[in-house]
Amino acid sequence: MFISIFGAVESGIIYAIMALGVYLSFRVLDFPDLTVDGSFVTGAGVAAISIINGVPPFIATVFALLAGCLAGSITGLLNTKGKINPLLSGILMMIALYSINLRIMGRPNLPLINESTIFTGLKPLFETTGINQALNSLVQLFGVERFPGSWAVLIIMVFVTLIIKVITDYFLKTEVGLALRATGDNERMIRSFSANTDSLKIIGLALSNGLVALSGGLVAQYGGFADVNMGIGMIVIGLASVIIGEAIFGTKTIMRTTLAVIGGAIAYRIVVTLALKVKFLETGDMKLITALLVIVALIAPKLIATSKEQQRRKRKKMALSKKAEEV
Amino acid sequence: MLNLSNISVTFNEDTPDEKKALQDINLSLNSGDFVTVIGSNGAGKSTLMNIVSGSLKPDIGIVEINGKKVSQLPEYKRSNFIGRVFQDPMAGTAPSMTIEENLAMAYARNKKRKLRIGVTKKRREMFREFLETLHLGLENRLNAKVGLLSGGERQALSLLMATFTEPNILLLDEHTAALDPSRAELITNLTGEVVEKFNLTTLMVTHNMQQALDLGNRLIMMDKGQIIFDVSGKEKQELTIEKLLHEFQRIRGKQMDNDRAVLG
Ligand SMILES: Nc1ncnc2c1ncn2[C@@H]1O[C@H](COP(=O)(O)OP(=O)(O)OP(=O)(O)O)[C@@H](O)[C@H]1O
Ligand SMILES: [Mg+2]
Repeated sequence: MFISIFGAVESGIIYAIMALGVYLSFRVLDFPDLTVDGSFVTGAGVAAISIINGVPPFIATVFALLAGCLAGSITGLLNTKGKINPLLSGILMMIALYSINLRIMGRPNLPLINESTIFTGLKPLFETTGINQALNSLVQLFGVERFPGSWAVLIIMVFVTLIIKVITDYFLKTEVGLALRATGDNERMIRSFSANTDSLKIIGLALSNGLVALSGGLVAQYGGFADVNMGIGMIVIGLASVIIGEAIFGTKTIMRTTLAVIGGAIAYRIVVTLALKVKFLETGDMKLITALLVIVALIAPKLIATSKEQQRRKRKKMALSKKAEEV
Repeated sequence: MLNLSNISVTFNEDTPDEKKALQDINLSLNSGDFVTVIGSNGAGKSTLMNIVSGSLKPDIGIVEINGKKVSQLPEYKRSNFIGRVFQDPMAGTAPSMTIEENLAMAYARNKKRKLRIGVTKKRREMFREFLETLHLGLENRLNAKVGLLSGGERQALSLLMATFTEPNILLLDEHTAALDPSRAELITNLTGEVVEKFNLTTLMVTHNMQQALDLGNRLIMMDKGQIIFDVSGKEKQELTIEKLLHEFQRIRGKQMDNDRAVLG
């Protein structure tokens, strides 16, 4: 049990970077960007092919990020300069990227099992410094009996994801970041305060897809392969993470919301992992589970609010009739 | 300061819906002029504002600000030196962002937006001082989301945001029309105060004739895409609503006679 939850948290925190990207487009820019399904694979493919060709894993990961930025800015150009509606711009880019990704990768699947990745490079460090053993004995105190192979991925990814979160938070508070948020909130207003909303949208989509592709590049190195179909449904997973996170952890401030999105990505992985433990369900049901999760996360908060409101009214009525009796 | 020459705008040209929204408009404002604009629905007042702001390009004609031709500058570049308050209280602010964040965005209007924090301690103090001049207690709610404010509060904030960077030109399009009478009066008074304080060159559209008479040093009346009446200075001060209505009928009547003559 601990091992499977551990795995869920591990991959959840890598996918959280993708979810932060989706948050930027979907929530901050109010732009339902479907490029994500394609740009995730672009990131994975670029990182994989670079590593196979001897590029150091860190540089390969940066390439993945940049490739995503490029894809996002093209979606932005289609929407702003081409005046194509947001949904269609994303769909067009997504479908175009499918072919582009195949070209980048050369074939539909690139195994990385025998290559050194960002993670393989750092794993020995955790072994020799004794971090692994220390953490293992720590969880042992809580009654855990089987230990994960290495804590390296989890610890590294917690750091990387948190750094990205902090940078995102900072950026959204800068002058450019404020204008970006206003573009999603009230475009006409921010244009009347001399902001070029076209450029802001392009920047926002570039950053968003950059994060998505970075996540893709890391997932490929984590899972040991890049596959041309690994992006299918990625936008829904991203949305699921954003919506679940917001529902559980709240959206009071930007800092809170980005943390919620990361939490949502992890929560999503845990729920899916647990759901797949149910005998009746199979791996192929994952997409259905995802869809159901999003639906629940969308509907449940409203239902809870309505029932709370009803109870409040009931209490008020009761109090009133009680008063009447007393008189 | 602001110079419009031979501006014409036609919507849906060569269709049954053809509408001449502006016909050969010539208008020149001196620095510090406060011009109120009145006229019936569809007279072309908003179109005139959109031509100045750049959200609409004229079919023909030239727009000059400070002696510089700006006809080709897109709206977002022109808004470097043009402040604007819309009729809809929702339109001038970003509802899901806080009061101080909104002010920070307005503050960045005439500067290059950079990757530095928008709301610094120093700026927050400055925003607080500006908000105090509104006397609405907003200075104590810097972190409140603007979407939570009432229409009047929002419009006061919009007015402040449009003016405190001292733009060359201020455009107000029925910015009190959506408010109840007492809030409308508050905003009207505030408008008079800020325009005077920053000595802004202002164009204000209103359907409230009394407001048009009380504020400003010049008044123009529009009808069917033309400026049909233009008074300033002492003449404007002596104007009353009756005189204004009378004037409107006189000019309109004459025009009707003309039309009749042409048709006849
Ligand atoms: N985008 C547009 N397309 C077609 N016609 C338009 C457009 N904008 C304005 N018009 C027409 O141009 C004319 C002038 O409109 P405008 O909005 O300038 O009037 P206004 O004087 O502001 O009126 P109101 O007092 O009702 O605000 C109107 O007849 C209007 O229907
Ligand atoms: Mg109008």
